Amino acid sequence: MTATRVTNSIRALRFSHGEMTQADLAERLGVTRQTIIAIEQGKYSPTLEMAFQIARVFKVPLDEVFQYPER
Amino acid sequence: MSGLLYVEGVLGILDMETDSSPMSFEEKNTWVFLLTSLCGALVYAGVVLARSQGVSLLEVAYVGPMLSTIGAATLVGIVGKIVISMSNPKEAAQKDQRDREIDNFGTIIGQSFLAIGGIAALILSMFEVKHFWISQTLYAGFVLSAVLGSAAKLMAYREGLPQ
Repeated sequence: MTATRVTNSIRALRFSHGEMTQADLAERLGVTRQTIIAIEQGKYSPTLEMAFQIARVFKVPLDEVFQYPER
Repeated sequence: MSGLLYVEGVLGILDMETDSSPMSFEEKNTWVFLLTSLCGALVYAGVVLARSQGVSLLEVAYVGPMLSTIGAATLVGIVGKIVISMSNPKEAAQKDQRDREIDNFGTIIGQSFLAIGGIAALILSMFEVKHFWISQTLYAGFVLSAVLGSAAKLMAYREGLPQ
């Protein structure tokens, strides 16, 4: 099992948005807290729709939440 | 009742030990399914081997133990799921996209072993091998499907889905 190449700034964004907890974000997105943990750790790539939903929660463009670095 | 409390206690410990990434409802269910399938198969194998002392394996009455271990494993699995649901009803109602993707991944792995067991049983029946071996082959296919499918799901929950 290889981790996804997609990186993200969700953890930093949560802290900059009133120290939002993983549980709070999970509830707003309608997913489990474990899914948020897996996304933050790079063990799960969310669907495009969920990625947009996450960006909308933080009111930032998608590429401020997710990055896809060159090899 | 004390059994239910024990299971709840064990589930609580599992949560504490994996604090960085606690188990979801679906992951706990997968553990229950894996353990009940494995235990059922081991008990069945133990009973059949014990009955085969001094007689040919083909003469062992295997149907009763096979059906009763399948039934008991199913029952324990259902009770386990109810206990897990009762320990966190809110979580039990939630199954998200990741759970569904991991479930599909495990199902594909599990079904491949079911197909292998079916094909092997078909070949044995074509060669008119004794019913005993055809039954064992099909049963092994079901057990491998349950155990390896569940193991694949648990690995995906911990390490992520293969890219």
